[in-house]
Amino acid sequence: MTAPTITSIRAGRIGDSPQRPDGRQKVTGEFAYSSDLWLDGMLWGATLRSPHPRARITGLDITGAVAMPGVFAVLTHEDVPGRETYGLERPDQPVLAIDQIRYQGEPVALVAADHPETARRAAGRIRVSYREEPPLADARAALAPGAPSVHPGGNLVRHVRVRRGDPDARAAVVVTGEYEVGMQDQAFLGPESGLAVPAADGGVDLFVATQWLHVDRDQVAASLGLDPDLVRITLGGVGGAFGAREDLSMQIHACLLALHTGKPVKMSYSREESFFGHVHRHPASMRYEHGCSAGGRLVYVKADIVLDGGAYMSSSPAVAANAATLGIGPYEVPNVVMDSYAVYTNNPPCGAMRGFGAVQACFGYESQMDKMAAALSMDPVEFRVRNAMREGSVMPTGQVVDSAAPVAELLRLVRDRPPPPARDTGDLRSLPGGVSNTTHGEAVVRGVGYGVSIKNVGFSEGFDDYSTARVRLELTGGEPSAQVHTAAAEVGQGLVTVLEQIVRSELGVERVAVLPADTTIGSAGSSSASRQTYVTGGAVRAACAEVRSQLLARAGDPAAGSPGNRPPGLAGAAGLGDLVALLGKPAEATVTWRHRPTAPLDPGTGQGQAHVQYAFAAHRAVVDVDTELGLVKVVEIATAQDVGKAMNPQAVEGQIHGGIAQGLGLAVMEEIQVAGGVVRNPSFTDYLIPTILDMPPVRLDMLELADPHAPYGLRGVGEPPAISSTPAIVAAIRDATGIPLTRIPVRPEHLTATQPDEGPDPPSAMIMGRNAPHRVPFDPRS
Amino acid sequence: MKVSVRVNGHDMTADVEDRMLLVHFLRDVAGLTATNVGCDTTSCGACTVLLDGESVKSCTVLAAQADGRAVTTVEGLAGNGEMHPVQRAFHEQHGLQCGFCTPGMVMAIVSLLRENPHPTEEQVRAGLEGNLCRCTGYHNIVRAALAAAEVAS
Repeated sequence: MTAPTITSIRAGRIGDSPQRPDGRQKVTGEFAYSSDLWLDGMLWGATLRSPHPRARITGLDITGAVAMPGVFAVLTHEDVPGRETYGLERPDQPVLAIDQIRYQGEPVALVAADHPETARRAAGRIRVSYREEPPLADARAALAPGAPSVHPGGNLVRHVRVRRGDPDARAAVVVTGEYEVGMQDQAFLGPESGLAVPAADGGVDLFVATQWLHVDRDQVAASLGLDPDLVRITLGGVGGAFGAREDLSMQIHACLLALHTGKPVKMSYSREESFFGHVHRHPASMRYEHGCSAGGRLVYVKADIVLDGGAYMSSSPAVAANAATLGIGPYEVPNVVMDSYAVYTNNPPCGAMRGFGAVQACFGYESQMDKMAAALSMDPVEFRVRNAMREGSVMPTGQVVDSAAPVAELLRLVRDRPPPPARDTGDLRSLPGGVSNTTHGEAVVRGVGYGVSIKNVGFSEGFDDYSTARVRLELTGGEPSAQVHTAAAEVGQGLVTVLEQIVRSELGVERVAVLPADTTIGSAGSSSASRQTYVTGGAVRAACAEVRSQLLARAGDPAAGSPGNRPPGLAGAAGLGDLVALLGKPAEATVTWRHRPTAPLDPGTGQGQAHVQYAFAAHRAVVDVDTELGLVKVVEIATAQDVGKAMNPQAVEGQIHGGIAQGLGLAVMEEIQVAGGVVRNPSFTDYLIPTILDMPPVRLDMLELADPHAPYGLRGVGEPPAISSTPAIVAAIRDATGIPLTRIPVRPEHLTATQPDEGPDPPSAMIMGRNAPHRVPFDPRS
Repeated sequence: MKVSVRVNGHDMTADVEDRMLLVHFLRDVAGLTATNVGCDTTSCGACTVLLDGESVKSCTVLAAQADGRAVTTVEGLAGNGEMHPVQRAFHEQHGLQCGFCTPGMVMAIVSLLRENPHPTEEQVRAGLEGNLCRCTGYHNIVRAALAAAEVAS
């Protein structure tokens, strides 16, 4: 029961775009996603979740479920043998609810049965008595004195203060604005799933789709009361991630059931349960004040950003830090007063999603930049260029940006792209509303908008951010071949391809195999924060250098052992015949590699070398808006991004396209609609993500300005495309309509005078399992 | 109830619950797990297969409705170890990242190209409106479809 080893002998070195080594398996259907895992005799797990966002549990009766034929276990929090809570930064989230409910969908009990339907029905026979309490559903209200506390100690998760320059600075031109960001879902296509197998040694083997195997392992082990060595995690096939798999979902639950029953247990969420089973992007409420000289130079920015973390902490502290440290954008501003808050509420827990913290702030600061440009009667690109940060600029944290920061160049590139063709009013498909035939173009107006973004790459604030890689070079059938082993999660981004390219380039061998990711090797850290190519790529490169040194030592090369010695490739250096002779026994190295250290932020001033690398992208959006119906068509996105080094240009382009699609979704359609702590649209019929018809052409300029501090000069690429695409689209809609638009996603009623109705009543019970029946539809595309 | 389905050229008969969906028949009875379930609501298209040569979302078809008919899944496309042109085009054009949507996308394109062997880009997009992808932004999927049409012609 292990994932297949992925082997590729297709050539492809750094800078090439070889085909994915897992591509053949994925197109033929041989690739095993975590939802495909199967063992004879396995049981199915189901989760009973709270229908209420805030309640006391006054009674819990499992007898009806236990009595059902085919049921093997019914577990509550009392059955958790170890720590009853878990969490990425602080274990504040119950494995199963302990006497109270803090969000709708909180797990209350688990069932294992011999059939998924039996498990689901048994969950429905568990009798839970709730005493409902009014939910704390507004993040700013949660900070007000006297607000009820979601957790002991109050509702403030973290307050990040950044102070730079004169807090009382004044300026000739001042603009203020208040902005809101709705709750976006990662909406990966493969719902949460995994298989837990009890082991003879009292431990458990878990096969699961995740982003960070070792932190999963440590949390699972703590709650099971097991030594971490007894919890072995192997990456199952991952159907997308985007941050949603950085926190646990079914991991502890499946292991609990497996250890309790002594049988393998599979859990596989439905789409509806998936919406309740992972964290989302933090909604934000932001207030900005920008001061500028009459000549168009920014003098100060004052801002406060409130991020709704929902019921549990997850990664909220890091999100708050990103919003604070990146919250004025890629601009030079001498005076900054920034306060960012992450707070607890009774809304769904929020955590990691692509670009976290930076996405919310970017909508705020870029909206302000347009507003200021208008106040100054300046061109919005020219105003940005005039204030753009560059290499050597100082961040509000005092950190000097010590590699390329081509903000002005990126803006000019997108501005100077030729405009897309005028719309063809004879072709309905090219109009907002498309084939729905909602307009013949009579009320359609076009607009153009810009956005530029900054994002930190890797983990920040002094986090010990490292990866571990083992590289083994040996003879296979008389030919040299390399194996790479890490615990880094391939989540679709193409890490396995890039790791192979690195090994081919470093060792000069064609046959390279990436072994399944598991916890038998040291941590690789998370597949998040645009960091894996940088950090695990760095570890693999270092392990290759070690292998090369070993072989050169065998060959008696005096240069052996010199870390600076980097011949183009072993085969090239020693000759293939020599290499074969040198590999009488395999050469192997395991290396733990760290990027240069970062430092914590000063709690009073937010000063510190908090980030390891910054990444930048710019976007120009062109939109058509039907002003009668409020429908938007994004006509084209032009983008420019500095990637340092395009390790695999085709994969980089894929990241950029995909990120833009998610940024478009946040701009005009994607929102988990939460009312009074209750999710109104937990399905793909009601939570809309961009279709192939929504996705505009992308015109891409890719810069490769090497970062001297990073392996190969590379710069993380995954997140920036999803950051400034959103404000660019909203700016284009403003340009078309003249409507201020202070909230995303922009809905049709924001562009017309109509108001939506309130939507349906919440459900009375929530029973999760495979094929949980879909509930009432909710006002699509509103 | 008893259903007999010709799956990827093999006849298969099984006793199933009346309400069993075709996708669960394929995954749990026939053991063909390439066909993925992404949404349960006919929104995402990850479960797209061919039923008598036409694409259907197998989460919205009962196994009973497939009785006496032929189903092709992505596992049935390749012949003698040779990838189908659409599969090869996906692989070569980087038409996938996580790949969860890929089996459904591939089957939808196979169906589309049968109806229209030389589609324009707009026709490809119109034909794939019912298949969601969260990773790629779709452009490389369109390239793959057009490349497959090119190869086939």
